[in-house]
Amino acid sequence: MNLNDHLVILPILLPMLAGIVLVIINERHHTLKLALNLGATALLLVLSIVLLSRAAGDAGAVTATYRLGDWPAPFAIVLVGDRLSAAMVMLASVLALAAATFSAARWHEAGPHFHTLFQFLLMGLNGAFLTGDLFNLFVFFEILLAASYGLALHGSGRARVRAGLHYIAFNLATSSLFLIGVSLVYGVAGTLNMADLVVRMAAVPTESRPLLNAGLALLGIAFLVKAGMWPLSFWLTTTYAAATAPVAAMFAIMSKVGIYVLLRITSLLDGVSAGFGYDWLFFGGLATMAFGTVGILSSQELPRMAAFSVLLSSGTTIAMLGYGDPDVTAGALYYLVASTLGLSCLFLLAELMERGRSAEADIFAVTLEAFGDDEETEHEEEVGIAIPATMVVLAISFATCAILLAGMPPLGGFVGKFAMLSGMLGSVPVADGTVPAGTWWLMGLLIVSGLATMIAMLRTGINRFWAPTDDHVPRVRVVEIAPIALLLGLSVVLALTAGSVMSFLQTLSDAAYDPGSYVQAVLGSIAGGGQ
Amino acid sequence: MELVLAISIGVLAGSGIWLLLRPRSFQVIIGLSLLSYAVNLFIFSMGGLKSDAAPILEQGVDVSTYADPVPQALVLTAIVIGFAMTALFLVVLLAARGLTGTDHVDGRER
Repeated sequence: MNLNDHLVILPILLPMLAGIVLVIINERHHTLKLALNLGATALLLVLSIVLLSRAAGDAGAVTATYRLGDWPAPFAIVLVGDRLSAAMVMLASVLALAAATFSAARWHEAGPHFHTLFQFLLMGLNGAFLTGDLFNLFVFFEILLAASYGLALHGSGRARVRAGLHYIAFNLATSSLFLIGVSLVYGVAGTLNMADLVVRMAAVPTESRPLLNAGLALLGIAFLVKAGMWPLSFWLTTTYAAATAPVAAMFAIMSKVGIYVLLRITSLLDGVSAGFGYDWLFFGGLATMAFGTVGILSSQELPRMAAFSVLLSSGTTIAMLGYGDPDVTAGALYYLVASTLGLSCLFLLAELMERGRSAEADIFAVTLEAFGDDEETEHEEEVGIAIPATMVVLAISFATCAILLAGMPPLGGFVGKFAMLSGMLGSVPVADGTVPAGTWWLMGLLIVSGLATMIAMLRTGINRFWAPTDDHVPRVRVVEIAPIALLLGLSVVLALTAGSVMSFLQTLSDAAYDPGSYVQAVLGSIAGGGQ
Repeated sequence: MELVLAISIGVLAGSGIWLLLRPRSFQVIIGLSLLSYAVNLFIFSMGGLKSDAAPILEQGVDVSTYADPVPQALVLTAIVIGFAMTALFLVVLLAARGLTGTDHVDGRER
């Protein structure tokens, strides 16, 4: 057995095994559980770096396919590791490391099974990124959702349970739509393997097309709910704003799973679907951006503002997917990575900045009471190294985060927006040179939404740092500021290496819109016999 | 058989959606259950309806006389997942009832 052959499945197996071990260990040993969680997450990060570097170094579009049970390809469930999924796994594990480290300060003790659910969430995320089968995708979606239900309720309290109730009900109904979509696609095309679907869709007779399109549309709705497209996004802001900081930081990537799957499906079916659904993505994305912009401007609390920023980031990326153009998508992916880092960071920062302000402290006091705070005092001294000049550090992090999210130079948000704008203008045919009205709207909204983010962040910054109503300085520990520094540092690195990252993303999205090589890699392995 | 199945899926889904939109959390969970029954039947029907047909291949028998085994496998997975999710939702529902003192989905009566 060569470990290299099994590299693709390891990002799924590792969190699963870690989760299983963690569920057995008693809650009293929370330091041990924390250490295991951090260790597993760090190992996952190493794995994803290996996966990504292999994908980047590989000339082929798909680095590795993994057929579970070694059945021939259209029958086996396949895992497919290509550049896109490797990049998403990498992003997820970076956020996971940051969130797990942040939780070490206190949140991981606010309720039972935090670490277990955290690892299962990672398993679901990585599975959804790596699978090449529609029904398997559903299963991984359910795993990540089940874990996220638990995590959304982590810390308990009235607001969380109420938001959690809506979140679960809504997502259960969405799962039904997902299943209807999957079974319609199976009923018409006779396959669930994504690569095989590309082949078979070309042979679907015209009279069955509406039925197949209906199936794909239902699937699309299920993914758009996860991505938070307006008007399917009203659950998102309450849930994300109510979740504890490390959980919300992980949820920032959960809305990106929907976008990843949309990109995967639309790009694979680009040749055979005759542009089906692109208009919906485009205008839905526009509406989401408008909604997010208004929401950011109108929200008073920082977590709520961060949740609306998630919508804005999702909306922007969804609208870009509506172009179905590799150049625009490459820019959108850069923006997606940069904004996800920023959003995660903002959720973490929001908790630190709101700390000590009464409402949040109340909730925490209640949860501590419920789960016993007798060990807290001892623990407090252990990791209780408070950082000096707290307000200065927080203010600098907040300003960096604001620049990143608003898309101001010199950070990643700007590079991403610039790449998207240049891609959009580049997609105009040279001959007539007129830019379509929709593109003008999108470009306008892109710039206005950046301005709105800047205004809202400035307002919050002034309120909290320059003209605070109370002189309370939150007590911030090193383990809490370190993940924020990590995320912001990565976004700076992302901006510094923009050239090589963009060229990587360009090859990635060129490969995504060339389904031939994907199909060849997945189905061709029957002919080759595989390992 | 097709008509009976279609009508029952329709009735289940319709009642499910109506209940899902009601304000009491118990109605919501029953609605979700009905909806998942409808979906399970729907998945099952996507393999084509056949009576007295086995999903296991044997030598020398025409393939078209077999029932499609894939939707059966899918529906089994969907049932298991749906059951687990319903149980989980029930727990959250009870927690919400305990914390808010009402079974209204918004946590307060109007």
